Amino acid sequence: MTKPIRKYLIEGEKGKWEVVIGLEVHAQVTSNSKLFSGSSTKFGAEPNTQVSLVDSAFPGMLPVINEFCIQQAIKTGLGLKAKINSYSVFDRKNYFYADLPQGYQISQYKNPIVGEGEITLDLAEGSKKVGIERLHLEQDAGKSIHDLDPSSTFIDLNRSGIALMEIVSKPDLRSPDEVNVYVKKLRSIMRYLGTCDGNMQEGSLRADVNVSVRKEGDKHLGTRCEIKNVNSIKFMQMAIDYEAKRQVEILESGKKINQETRLFDTKKNETRSMRSKEDAHDYRYFPDPDLLPLNIDQNLIEKIKKSLPELPDQKKERFINEYSLTPYEANVLVYDKEISEYFEEVVKNSDKNLTKNWIMGDLFASLNEKNISITESLVTANKMAQLIDCISSGLISGRTAKEVFEIIKETGEEPKKIIESKGLQQKSDPKELEKIIDKIISENKDKVTQYKSGKDKLFGFFVGQVMKVSGGKANPQLVNEILKQKLK
Amino acid sequence: MSDITKKSLTEIVRLIKKKEIKSEELTQSFIKNINNDKKLNSFITNCSDEALNKAKNFDKNPKLDTLLPGVPIAVKDLFCTLGVKTTAGSKMLENFVPNYESSITNNLWNEGAFLLGKLNCDEYAMGSSNETSYYGNVMNPIAVNTVPGGSSGGSASALAANLTPTTIGTDTGGSIRQPASFTGTVGLKPTYGLCSRWGIVAFASSLDQAGPMTKTVEDCALMLEVMAGFDKKDSTSINKKKENYSKNLTDNIKGLKIGIPKEYRVDGMPKEIDNLWENGKNLLKDSGAQIVDISLPNTKYALPTYYIVAPAEASSNLARYDGVKYGYRSKKGNNLIEMYENTRSEGFGDEVKRRILIGTYVLSSGYYDAYYIKAQKVRQLIKNDFDQSFKKVDAILTPSTPSSAFKIGEKKNNPISMYLNDIFTVPVNLAGIPAISIPAGTDNNNYPLGLQLIGRPLDEQKLLNIAYAAEKKINFKQSLNRWWEK
Repeated sequence: MTKPIRKYLIEGEKGKWEVVIGLEVHAQVTSNSKLFSGSSTKFGAEPNTQVSLVDSAFPGMLPVINEFCIQQAIKTGLGLKAKINSYSVFDRKNYFYADLPQGYQISQYKNPIVGEGEITLDLAEGSKKVGIERLHLEQDAGKSIHDLDPSSTFIDLNRSGIALMEIVSKPDLRSPDEVNVYVKKLRSIMRYLGTCDGNMQEGSLRADVNVSVRKEGDKHLGTRCEIKNVNSIKFMQMAIDYEAKRQVEILESGKKINQETRLFDTKKNETRSMRSKEDAHDYRYFPDPDLLPLNIDQNLIEKIKKSLPELPDQKKERFINEYSLTPYEANVLVYDKEISEYFEEVVKNSDKNLTKNWIMGDLFASLNEKNISITESLVTANKMAQLIDCISSGLISGRTAKEVFEIIKETGEEPKKIIESKGLQQKSDPKELEKIIDKIISENKDKVTQYKSGKDKLFGFFVGQVMKVSGGKANPQLVNEILKQKLK
Repeated sequence: MSDITKKSLTEIVRLIKKKEIKSEELTQSFIKNINNDKKLNSFITNCSDEALNKAKNFDKNPKLDTLLPGVPIAVKDLFCTLGVKTTAGSKMLENFVPNYESSITNNLWNEGAFLLGKLNCDEYAMGSSNETSYYGNVMNPIAVNTVPGGSSGGSASALAANLTPTTIGTDTGGSIRQPASFTGTVGLKPTYGLCSRWGIVAFASSLDQAGPMTKTVEDCALMLEVMAGFDKKDSTSINKKKENYSKNLTDNIKGLKIGIPKEYRVDGMPKEIDNLWENGKNLLKDSGAQIVDISLPNTKYALPTYYIVAPAEASSNLARYDGVKYGYRSKKGNNLIEMYENTRSEGFGDEVKRRILIGTYVLSSGYYDAYYIKAQKVRQLIKNDFDQSFKKVDAILTPSTPSSAFKIGEKKNNPISMYLNDIFTVPVNLAGIPAISIPAGTDNNNYPLGLQLIGRPLDEQKLLNIAYAAEKKINFKQSLNRWWEK
């Protein structure tokens, strides 16, 4: 039986509309220096302290390609199962802006370094392949700061010249949810590869979102609008939602969509026209004569291919097979590279089920609560493994373990020390437990008779009494076993 | 000692190495000439004081194992010089002082030379008469009110008038060879990529190439030796071993084949130039070379191709002069766009604006394929013509220019006629190959005329050898009455 597909459709007055979305993701290449200069790319430096003569476009300065960035782009391309083009060209995209010192951005236009590829999305209704149109390298611009002075604009060129990968998807996405999964998956792949840290707060990942709508079942693409420079997944989803509804309203009123570039106003939660197609810049692209075309040696591609780490899709398959996880669980555990590594570190000496449940349960809850990443948690993989070991060995019960976990989470203390100092060990000595149980049985003869005559529910009463007497430390499994025997 | 400033660079270096002259005395002599120059206007920035200090320092502890020991050299004001104003002949960079030194000038200083001054040139090297400079016209020492050619007009004028023992220029479409021809001096445009472009104010990146301007071919070989070399800061720089051009210089050109392209015989070319060319053929034949008729069929497309490619690149290269970071900024304007418009309207001269407009036009969507792409294809055809010819010949002989030096103002209002002046030099830049212009005679007015030798890529040595042989036979003597000092 196939699952019903939850289609995202806009309910208009005159029918249902499908939303077609394509994304141009700008991902900052992880690299110590810029695309065409040796300046540092470190985030958060004082304004204009990471700017070379090349980045600020002084007369006579020339760009020299940073080969590491080329390798990073190839690596990303391979991670997207894409074709690496042996010949690619850097072009100049000409336009004037105060934070664009050269008066042009060096980008790739007709001949990008990476061609078609794909990303597999794991959706509730199954997996879906989203096509990648291309990936190209380009320089970032600087930053204009308009709000520091009432009459002047300040320019910070620290970002100027930083390498970006523009990753263009095919118009294969159909809902804000799919966009969410797509961006997360893309980010995950790049983080596994070490080619982009995906840090959206620092602007390492931004996207231009192309949205159009069409009547459900229609095969032709509608006229699209491009929403520029959206810097969080949530805003992308909100922008798409708003924009799709806006377009449906226009079309249903019998008007046409103007192909245009729009901005998303995060405060008002609406998109606004920035410029129409007629006003679109003529970027006058032409090959940058300061740079030779890029000829990539097949040997380099092979070398990089061999050095590729295990990627999320492969790891997911392996997790399913090795650790008997469901596809959903495997997805959750591989999405973040650090989480997957944490999981493997813990599970190598621990019970599979306990490991997955503790990580996906209490640990994730604590990360959410504190809003931290797994690498920042005081519950290190080692401590988690110890804790699980304490449960498996019967030293503490699952319930006590939760208590211990709360303490580790706050203090980072060793689980065994906590158990010892607080005297949380389980009573697992059968003789000791027998004594307690015998006493309880002798004190509750009437209940024993009732139980034996068929009142099964009273079993819980006996367990409860044992726990009460033992201060909650009796090994529940053992208690069960002994009680069952004694009450036969 | 006779006037040291009239001597060749090679001779000056020899005298310094033999300690027959001190750098200070040498430098003083050139400074005296510079100070006596009342009319040439070849200098934009005079560095006499600093030069004299450097000369004195040199003399205190002379390091003689260099190629240019203690030699003062004035350079075209397109080369960025550390701490010395670099204008590119434009108002836009009137107050621009680089905090870096171009690779080429750095090469000169590393061989013991020092800066004597910055020489006038056409604005951003766009011009063939030095009339587009914001810093005024330059006169040719051969006659009053005569242009020195361009864009390296100040360089050629200063060299011919003995204001500098040698100089360097840049050549995008003939900017070294045409002024050399107009002033009776030697100018070489090297193979594209032989000399680093790093630190040279860019005009058209795929065509720009720095080169030496000298009094003799021997000097030219020496200067090229100093200038050439791989530079990892220039991605178009060619990575090859340095060559010893001056040591390997020989006038033995026996058996070399010299091509004569029929397409360079243009309508309306003065008889004198025809004769000069004929004479050149004969004397190379006398030196043992073989003359071969060749054809470069796409020559007629070179000029229009050049005037698409060069402005296209220039329009983009000059976008950085926007008033935001350095250079001129207009005080007028209420917003960013108005600031741009006013800055660029006031900061650029007419010729620069014309080329930015042409370049912007040919790159615009809808015109790009018809102009820019087509021009790139034709450029390849022009290069193929040369490649084919060089299967048959070792070098090609042509006139350097279709006329001798003209009067200031004569062509100023007729850009096409001005552009036509580069008709023999432009194909070489499009093909990225080397060419040298040497003085070969004079016209009826006694104005110098040059012959151009074009060589295979990276075959500068052979080119210099042929030029050296021709120079000996021609035995050109310049006699100037130094009218500009009066």
